Amino acid sequence: MQSTRRLWLSQCVGIAALVDIAAAQQHAHEAVQSSTPPTFQTLDPATAVEIHAVVSQIVPSTDGPGAHEAGVMYFIDRALSTFDADLRESYRKGMAEVQHKRKEMFPASASIAALPSEQQIQLIRAIEKTDFFELLRTHTVYGLLANPSYGGNREQVGWKLIGFEDRMAYQPPFGYYDAPGGDQ
Amino acid sequence: MSGATFLPSDAVDFLVIGAGAAGGVMAKELSTAGFRVVVLEQGPYLTERDYTHDEIKYTYQPGLTNDPKVQPITYRKNESEQAKPIKAIEYGRQVGGGSVHFTANYWRFHESDFEERSLFGEVAGTGLADWPIKYADLEPYYTKAEYDLGISGLGGANPFEGPRSKPYPLPPMPVKSSGVLFERATKKLGLHPYPAPMAILSQPYQGRAACVHCGFCESFGCEMRAKSSTLVSVIPLAEKTGRCEIRPNSYVRKIETDPRGRVTGAVYFDANRREIFQRAKAVVLCANGAETARLLLLSKSKRFPNGLANSSGLVGKYLMWDNGGVAMGLFEHSLNEYKGIQVTRVIHDYYRSDPKRGFYGGGGIDARFDFYPASFALQGMPPDAPKWGVEYKKMLGTYFTHTMTLLAHTTSLPQLRNNISLDPDVKDAWGLPAVRVTFDYHPDDVATMQWVATKQQEILEAAGAQKTWALGISLRDNMPSRHLMGTCRMGNDPKQSVVDGNNRAHDIPNLLIADGSSFVTSARQQPTATIQALAYRAADYGIQAAKRGELG
Repeated sequence: MQSTRRLWLSQCVGIAALVDIAAAQQHAHEAVQSSTPPTFQTLDPATAVEIHAVVSQIVPSTDGPGAHEAGVMYFIDRALSTFDADLRESYRKGMAEVQHKRKEMFPASASIAALPSEQQIQLIRAIEKTDFFELLRTHTVYGLLANPSYGGNREQVGWKLIGFEDRMAYQPPFGYYDAPGGDQ
Repeated sequence: MSGATFLPSDAVDFLVIGAGAAGGVMAKELSTAGFRVVVLEQGPYLTERDYTHDEIKYTYQPGLTNDPKVQPITYRKNESEQAKPIKAIEYGRQVGGGSVHFTANYWRFHESDFEERSLFGEVAGTGLADWPIKYADLEPYYTKAEYDLGISGLGGANPFEGPRSKPYPLPPMPVKSSGVLFERATKKLGLHPYPAPMAILSQPYQGRAACVHCGFCESFGCEMRAKSSTLVSVIPLAEKTGRCEIRPNSYVRKIETDPRGRVTGAVYFDANRREIFQRAKAVVLCANGAETARLLLLSKSKRFPNGLANSSGLVGKYLMWDNGGVAMGLFEHSLNEYKGIQVTRVIHDYYRSDPKRGFYGGGGIDARFDFYPASFALQGMPPDAPKWGVEYKKMLGTYFTHTMTLLAHTTSLPQLRNNISLDPDVKDAWGLPAVRVTFDYHPDDVATMQWVATKQQEILEAAGAQKTWALGISLRDNMPSRHLMGTCRMGNDPKQSVVDGNNRAHDIPNLLIADGSSFVTSARQQPTATIQALAYRAADYGIQAAKRGELG
């Protein structure tokens, strides 16, 4: 968990010195595998770290890959650089409000990313009814489950999570109940 | 993209506006009968090579439908409200129109649908009326549509359907787990499940391959050409005649008339936003229940100050909606409903209106799954489930593969106050007034949806669902409406309707209007088969009228 977070941060802010050799190799492997270069076009690294802290609670990496491993931040950056470029201002305003809330709830904290997980969850509970959170949730889900060509759903971790096979054709039976004996 | 090329100055026999479910049929019928036809389509000319299994493109963005960023839609509940931009309605916007991205349900209307005013009586606050035609008038054209386009189903399996002259040309699609569970449950309840009639090929047909069960039907274009859109079925036949030109990216802004009050063609913007006037001897308007009314209202002139074909004042009025409700159930074993077409079993036991219930209306219910990975995770989960966090993630791991939907398709009553009009303030990217939608449910619409929801619940329980939930019947839940019906209603009395029983405008002898707009009532949704049967019938009429020299 800790090493993956560090790996992600290193991709994000580009501090190679923080990365151990195994993680660097993993990084290189992912960069080759992915059609998305591990840099951001739109998000600044500091903001990205904060958004990442929130989306990693929306679909956490508990018991298997989550938003982090799916590369949701790369999806969000791609979205804000292309088809959702008109939502950049919503992100700027939305994150400013989330930071405001964080300071109100945890005055001693320095950032969302630096909050302990339990406090991150408390913070999200306080904002979960807002339009901005719904936007973040929507982007997180698409980043987890949309076509990997958009930079998220890396190695189809989202599809594996929900049990979706990416195939162009199937033959019946499709499920338990339409298989022989399943109609009893 | 082959076919003929005509000059705008060349007065073709027919100018068809809209290349969708109805316009595609018109193009084929009129051109194969020997007439020269130009079809203007506001959207692009795409093919199966352009389509992908891409949720971002087709569920997150309007890949195959009207884009409100370019063509805003405004909505208000009633006339006292200020309409606000909201995507209240949705329609297919490419060659093939909605027949490209629809789920492919292909229900015929029942005999009773054409005479509900007589059977049920008056409903307060509505314009419930009999159609000027009967089921028997349309039956040959339903059959023609089923054979021309390629429909899979089991004739006679629905005991509530009217008589049919021929079975379906193709056997039903293979049943999915949702269909098996639904069939078992409804039979237990004494109901009559039957295989869903679908505009999808269960076997190779007319040079097209059979469906491979990829599951991406609703909202998507078929990469296999197995969905029987007009794009892959009749439009190629029209082009093959050498007498039909499909002209995409052609956005019509006005139908023109001469001093005699006859239509002479239409002015449209081409892809470069140049205005072009295409001449024609007759115009066939097939632009859908929203855009057809809008174009008639936009086509006002000194002679027609309230818009074209609008002496009744009813153009745009009696808009009917895509009413229904979603009930879902979680089951013990995997259904993998994302595989295969969306719908495989239906019941019509609750279809007919019964005065004893105390309200007008009824519904059909189908067993289906019309979610994709992201849309399910965002909209398909139970309302009481967490929306994020460890538990949300855990539930997604089970629910996506173990869930099915029962979708109800219910009545929308024709009300004068529900309509399409021109927005006085909001303009589209071409500077034309936006479509303004004014719509609210009739109390009986709500009563019907609530009543059918109790039936959906009973069926899910009889099927052995471990957990059930409903996604609500609020108006917001039923937006955008994709079934756009009633805005140029058909009738014998020119004061009470816009088109006659042959889909000809009462006011203008060389203008045919054939799409969802001519519906007098909404039946129980699933309008596509009836839109296309009406188009075949209107084409027959147009051909005969042109041969008699009435249209020139």
